[in-house]
Amino acid sequence: MSIATSEPLSQPAADTTARSTASRSEDYLWTLNFGPQHPATHTTLRLVLKLEGERVVDAMPEMGYLHSGFEKIGEHLSFNQYVTVTDRMNYISPMANNVAWHHAVEKLLGIEVTPRCVYIRTIVAELSRISDHLLCNGAVGLDTGALTFFLYAFQQREVIYDIFETLCGARFTTSYTRVGGLSQDITPLVVEKIRSFLKTFPKTLVDMERLLTRNRIFVDRTKGVGVLSKAEAIARGATGPIARASGVTRDLRKDEPYLAYNDFDFSVPCATAGDCYARYLVRMDEMRESLRIVSQAVENIPAGPVDIGIDQRIARPDKKQVYSTIEGTISHFELSMSNRGFEVPYEESYAAIEAPNGELGFYLVGDGNETAYRARCRPPSLLHFALFPHLIRGHTLSDVVAVLGSLNIIAAELDR
Amino acid sequence: MSVEPETSPETSPETSTGGGSDAGYQALIAAFPGLESSVFRGQQRVVMPAASLADAMRQIHQLGFDLLVDVSCVDYLEYRGATSRYGLVYLLVNTRTNERLTVRCFVDDPEPTVPSMVPLWPAANWLEREVWDLFGIRFTGHPDLRRLVMPEEFAAHPLRKDYPLQGRGERHNFPVISREQS
Repeated sequence: MSIATSEPLSQPAADTTARSTASRSEDYLWTLNFGPQHPATHTTLRLVLKLEGERVVDAMPEMGYLHSGFEKIGEHLSFNQYVTVTDRMNYISPMANNVAWHHAVEKLLGIEVTPRCVYIRTIVAELSRISDHLLCNGAVGLDTGALTFFLYAFQQREVIYDIFETLCGARFTTSYTRVGGLSQDITPLVVEKIRSFLKTFPKTLVDMERLLTRNRIFVDRTKGVGVLSKAEAIARGATGPIARASGVTRDLRKDEPYLAYNDFDFSVPCATAGDCYARYLVRMDEMRESLRIVSQAVENIPAGPVDIGIDQRIARPDKKQVYSTIEGTISHFELSMSNRGFEVPYEESYAAIEAPNGELGFYLVGDGNETAYRARCRPPSLLHFALFPHLIRGHTLSDVVAVLGSLNIIAAELDR
Repeated sequence: MSVEPETSPETSPETSTGGGSDAGYQALIAAFPGLESSVFRGQQRVVMPAASLADAMRQIHQLGFDLLVDVSCVDYLEYRGATSRYGLVYLLVNTRTNERLTVRCFVDDPEPTVPSMVPLWPAANWLEREVWDLFGIRFTGHPDLRRLVMPEEFAAHPLRKDYPLQGRGERHNFPVISREQS
């Protein structure tokens, strides 16, 4: 645990003025530094907690420890290069970030990708949702003392990593999408692996639910903890499973259908309690729904090319086209030239997808160049982390990890 | 959730949003004659002058745009055809009709200032802190306008276009402290 001090003397200069006036009247409060390097934060973030005994009177979240200027880098890397940076945003579900990035780029450029590409993107986005929820729920279990549950979750994450590795060669930093297509087509081996995952995963999901959903200790530690009302969820900008656990029935997959979500039969799990337990349940159910989507998509992948045609001069032609057709050679050559690449409008657009954590969008400004003039990322974690003091007030110190875990803050996405 | 049918006669397939209606957008155009508005790839966008932003946003809030998705900023230094330096972008959603609205507001040096939206949407708190941090736009009435991601003592606003990608040597100029001094 971190060192508790009764006097916040070691705070940075900027905080002390605000805090010293407050602490004079509340001298009996203890200040506890939680993070930035504490195992239960899971990522690099810091909380300054004010404690009255074991009760948290106030919490002050601090961030920026992982700030690496992703948005600034986005103004200097081309649309295809920047996908490598999006891997490193929410590194729990990099595939979803890849899809979100190129979804936004293609909206700005006005590109319609092929049906096959749309289906494969849907599959990887849903698999990464499962992977993200497994980690989040697993970590909530771990932090509240359920190590076995965590191991069950992580074993299945390995299977998903294997699928991604077979698909694109990388387990973690996938960089799978390209403008107008994908880096690789899906192979029969990947389809086989996804099918076997679809067969084995429901059983693990049942095991996991048996382990934790009615576990007395877990329920006691999460039920009624960190309650977020529906009105607060909307006003404070919560999205994704956190908003849906509070009764907000907003899911971009249904409300603004993108990719191939219109083709599939699935439902959006919601809860009304708004506490950590509800968030856990919503995530568990979302994994089931994602499985349904993947199972429908993987059996119906349309035939045809995965990249858009070479006449549009967006996607890189494959080697066969480059070596055997003049159009392929020209297109390949021109795409490598900085002044002959994409036609980018002097316009700006925002496109978002329902990432595992919530609405992940990119606001792009084009200036005729194949590099974005501005690449704003709308990270769900930022708004969820801002919720934290509101959720934790009045709860005990041991609830900090439960609430923090259920918000699934990924600092790399938070700070960018 | 069902998708609101598009009823307005002005709505062509080109202008249709991802899923929502455009009732709020039309109401806004009716409420503000001479409003600069445009639709690009199905996105409804309006431009509000900074002087009337607070008033306009209050009306937009009353029109049902209850979810503030994002507040960000673009530095239009040397951008083709740009008349102002900074463009603030507010992305709003009506969670009942799923209508989206983008509100833009242009401000200029030397003292780029806009009213804070925290009283209307508490979500704006950290988003505006981030814009202040990275662009140096002041939000009047913000309860806690501190830097969000950069260190407190940082002097510049790094997402401005005149700030170099490599930085200005802030990292290299860190003071070196020996073990004895620490």
